[in-house]
Amino acid sequence: MVIPNQLASTMISEESRKRILESRSRYPAARSAVLPALYIVQEEQGYLTDESMEEVAELLGIPYVDVTSVATFYTMYSNRPVGRYVLAVCTTLSCSLLGAEHLVDYLSRKLGVKVGETTSDGLFTLWTVECLGACSGAPVMMVGDKYYENLTPEKLDEILDNLRREAEEQG
Amino acid sequence: MRVLFKHLDVPDIDQIDVYLREGGYKAFERCLKEITPEDVIDIVTKSGLRGRGGAGFPTGKKWAFIPKDPNLKKYLCCNADESEPGTFKDRELMLRNPHQLIEGMAICCHAIGSDRAYIYIRGEFVEPAKKLEKALLEAYQRGYLGQNIKGSGFNLDIQIYRGAGAYICGEETALLNSLEGLRGEPRFRPPFPAIRGLYDGPTVINNVETLCNVPHIINNGAEWFASIGTGKSTGTKIFCVSGHVNKPGNYELPMGTPARELIFEHAGGILDGKRLKAFIPGGSSVPMLTEQHLDVNLDFESLLAVGSMLGSAGVIVMNEDTCIVRATWNMAKFYEHESCGKCTPCREGTAWMREMLESIEHGIGKMGYIDRLVDVANNINGRSFCGLGDASAQPVLSSILHFRDEYETHIREGRCPFGSNSGFALRS
Repeated sequence: MVIPNQLASTMISEESRKRILESRSRYPAARSAVLPALYIVQEEQGYLTDESMEEVAELLGIPYVDVTSVATFYTMYSNRPVGRYVLAVCTTLSCSLLGAEHLVDYLSRKLGVKVGETTSDGLFTLWTVECLGACSGAPVMMVGDKYYENLTPEKLDEILDNLRREAEEQG
Repeated sequence: MRVLFKHLDVPDIDQIDVYLREGGYKAFERCLKEITPEDVIDIVTKSGLRGRGGAGFPTGKKWAFIPKDPNLKKYLCCNADESEPGTFKDRELMLRNPHQLIEGMAICCHAIGSDRAYIYIRGEFVEPAKKLEKALLEAYQRGYLGQNIKGSGFNLDIQIYRGAGAYICGEETALLNSLEGLRGEPRFRPPFPAIRGLYDGPTVINNVETLCNVPHIINNGAEWFASIGTGKSTGTKIFCVSGHVNKPGNYELPMGTPARELIFEHAGGILDGKRLKAFIPGGSSVPMLTEQHLDVNLDFESLLAVGSMLGSAGVIVMNEDTCIVRATWNMAKFYEHESCGKCTPCREGTAWMREMLESIEHGIGKMGYIDRLVDVANNINGRSFCGLGDASAQPVLSSILHFRDEYETHIREGRCPFGSNSGFALRS
């Protein structure tokens, strides 16, 4: 589908548009910039909407369907709102052998959400993910850009408290 | 024996000044001035270096496949998509010593006549990517990257490309598709990437650990490298040990180190003084082995001889309390989730295997499921579009081979005999 002009909203900020175009210029083919572009948009908006993906398609000069097909293929892109902090707990074998599922249960009970859901205050989303490549520190969880290793329920309490405090401070 | 990790104790080795002080970038400078590209490929070939990503293809040979035609735009892609369950060496290599990788890449590019390289790094590795980004900037500032490097006339740009969460992108042609902004689905071969790869140009794809070895081979010579390890598996290998061991971690040891020595000496033995039940020597994609295989030497040939593979050397250890059916179900879930869906045997087969394993673990499996699992696995193995399908069959086939009785007990008793998952317990 070619994007009609009136649909190209101004949803993506001018700065992000610039960053996407800059990224586009760094590759021999504009299409290569689609993954970086989706990161830029997600960073700004929290998740990917149809409108923002249409804009990415227009900026890169590729069909809209090619953007959505990429966005839905990779697990790190979300097409629905997520909490401020996504708690991505690894449940692949090395972490599972050291109790990862118990941690998922613990978080689920503590936060009152199922895997995939977000707390009502919009702070935490609970995800399970596949191997994070840090198995010597199993069980492992990723929150934002950060890895937390050798997790226990006590450590999780501390991490959640710290994140809550951080969120309060940042407003 | 530390080669790749020899700088592990040097503070700030991630900074270029320290790396240079420790002799860094000397190998690359020698390649620019004294050693011809042909000789570099020859040295790497003679060293016997084989790919550390899993397949073990001879690195020098891979480089030699690249056409010499100077009019062709050639590429190097460093595969930093480390996602094989149980593998965590590349992350440490990039975090601790990013310049070692950059130097290895620069030497490779000079040898194959490429002026553009990419580091395809998994999206979750934000911290390693930042480390590399900073190191790349330093290398540009000091003239080890960019235009006319050290007055040699050689140009090179290295760029980082972040994946976004897809195990399949570690498969080299899926990686190329991803880098071109497509879904990470594997490509048909031939043509092989060496002839037509990234943006249709001849392309070398090498694992992080493979490339990190290169400066050391240039510095110390092919004979030195070949003298480490065994005849056909030369050099050191970083073994990633995880699971039920006292000291999980990365251990760099000569190729051919016995599994018993790795698990019981270096990794401190089994947690809580328990017995070992099974270990997977090369990431979840290779057949599991048992206590009776502990004396196997960890190298390409020896592991093949006992029916497994060195793979990525991600060694996952399971103690006597581990339910093998549950462990296999866990791995089956992984492959079902990560199957890209392009080919039928893998897409349908991984789901089917997961379903049967789940049923057996929950006590509602039927005796016929065991043979059906073998049948499905055998129909995926060797019949799928890429290695992911083959990989998905290995945990199933090997666990039934070694622990068929455990499967039968689950089905006969209609429950998991291990009760409330003792082998999967949380530790404080």
